[in-house]
Amino acid sequence: MSVADSRPTTALSVTVARPRRPSSRFLRSELRLIFGRRRNLAGLGVLAAVPIIIAFAVRYSSARRGGGGGPGFLSQATSNGLFVGLAALTVELPLFLPLAVAAISADAVAGEASVGTLRYLLATPVQRPRLLAVKYLAVLIFTVAAVLMIAVVGVGLGMALFGAGPVTLLSGTQVSTAEGLWRLLLVCGYLVVCLGALGAIGLFVSTLTEQPIGATIAVVGLAVISQILDSLSQLSAIHPYLPTHYWLAFGDLLRDPIATDQIQLGVFSALVYAAIFLTAAWARFATKDVTS
Amino acid sequence: MTSPVAAVSRAVEDDPAPAGFAVTSSGLTKRFRGGQIAVDHIDLAVPSGAVYGFLGPNGSGKTTTIRMLLGLVRPTTGSHMLLGGRIPQDAQRVLPGVGALVEGPAFHPYLSGRDNLRRLDAADRTADPATCDRRIAGALDRVGLSAAAAKRYRNYSLGMRQRLGIAAALLQPRELLILDEPTNGLDPQGTREVRSLVSDLAAGGVTVLLSTHLLSEVEQICTHVGVMHVGKLVAQSELSDLRAQTAQRVRVDTPALTQAAATLGRLGLTDIVPQRDHLTALLGSAQLTAVIAALVHDDVPVRAFGPVPVNLEDVFVTLTGEGFGVSG
Repeated sequence: MSVADSRPTTALSVTVARPRRPSSRFLRSELRLIFGRRRNLAGLGVLAAVPIIIAFAVRYSSARRGGGGGPGFLSQATSNGLFVGLAALTVELPLFLPLAVAAISADAVAGEASVGTLRYLLATPVQRPRLLAVKYLAVLIFTVAAVLMIAVVGVGLGMALFGAGPVTLLSGTQVSTAEGLWRLLLVCGYLVVCLGALGAIGLFVSTLTEQPIGATIAVVGLAVISQILDSLSQLSAIHPYLPTHYWLAFGDLLRDPIATDQIQLGVFSALVYAAIFLTAAWARFATKDVTS
Repeated sequence: MTSPVAAVSRAVEDDPAPAGFAVTSSGLTKRFRGGQIAVDHIDLAVPSGAVYGFLGPNGSGKTTTIRMLLGLVRPTTGSHMLLGGRIPQDAQRVLPGVGALVEGPAFHPYLSGRDNLRRLDAADRTADPATCDRRIAGALDRVGLSAAAAKRYRNYSLGMRQRLGIAAALLQPRELLILDEPTNGLDPQGTREVRSLVSDLAAGGVTVLLSTHLLSEVEQICTHVGVMHVGKLVAQSELSDLRAQTAQRVRVDTPALTQAAATLGRLGLTDIVPQRDHLTALLGSAQLTAVIAALVHDDVPVRAFGPVPVNLEDVFVTLTGEGFGVSG
């Protein structure tokens, strides 16, 4: 008879506490971790600086040019402060916003692994799917905060400098300020969905490595390469499948009536990307040996 | 190499009223990618209430075993139970009753000690948020870290970090503590404090699995010991059994070395080693009292006589075939 065979047949008096009601405590702790970290606050500061720079640049210069490759909003900024927010979102969409989302999502698991706290979370115990869910929710909340912050800072400062008034949509129709603000909110929502897909990719990459910086670079690199490929007309066959392809379709939300076909495809594409990469993250992480 | 393990099996089997086991494993094995076997078919048996010294040199597989016990690493083959629950199936049920320190402390550097504990407590679905602050204060006090609670973790010394790791393991009332090298990096005073803390906890009924490479630590605070060597559990038993198992030597202090050796030899003692002013010998089946009587009878001038205290280090060198260096 071996030691193993002599394993106790009588169960131990395990007086282990049962889980309490579902609570947001872990998520709140996660958010405190993200928003309490100076690095992340500095990043948010940079995101907020862009609408401020745009507003003052437009206010104190006579030059009026279009704003980058997206819908041109800068020229309209002087007519309505709301367009400062839109212009800032447009300017930050190719790089700054993806960088912010990549940094947070790539840090989610890899960051905990690199400092070693991952093993203690799992031993607490935190179920692995729950850890991923909380991490991804926190990434989404950060994305909402980042996008809204750019919009609010832009609109607030823009209206302070240029005032509010009827908003001329891309289709030429004029709508009220309230309607304009509603359209801006829709734009923010659409961008959160798009960036949320990137966050899912980031979360997946984060489960592959113990180096958060490397994971961040990989995700940003992916977003940039996707945009480069999207700009090569020779590759138009693959364009609809690129994760960033529909991002600039948010301009369609500023038409009257709203052109929904590209928006719908954009939301669909983002949901598919999110589903694929969240599943991949779960598949990878659920059985992974945590040796960090 | 099988005899010590067999002896343990016997000890477990012969226990008339086998108390529960806090930790058991059966054929637990981990082969990492690349084929290296880190842990090779080990059958752990940690009785409830024991302070189990999990002893072995660095690299002998202790930490990998602990990671498997906690469900961090999947065994290649074999299974194990903690507190009567299978891992990983019952992990969510039993792990709240287990406090662990695995391969050194790890916390967020930019959070204070207290905030780091809050973070861990928030992750624990069984923890009561209403008592969080009180439990954290209690745990910090227990490891003597109250004064540094508000300090950022990055500014902690190695010893303070180790203490915070132990505090994290004590956030909840536990039934089992798995402590991997808990005195690493502590000064002699801290080491004493931690050992006394472990003894206190054990006295309160907590089972402790304490991995260490320090034999003295095992001798001071453990009731049971398991010895790892190159991924194998080469011995496992109560500490006293392990001592008793080893061959008893006697020492005779005498100026008449040759005469004493002759007497001992006549009584059947073997491995007689003469030193400058004394000799030692394996007692074998002879009785201590008979040896004394014979020495007196033979008029051997004896200054002192007695059993040689069992040196566990010798035991382990015998078991592992080497000292406590680093296993390859």
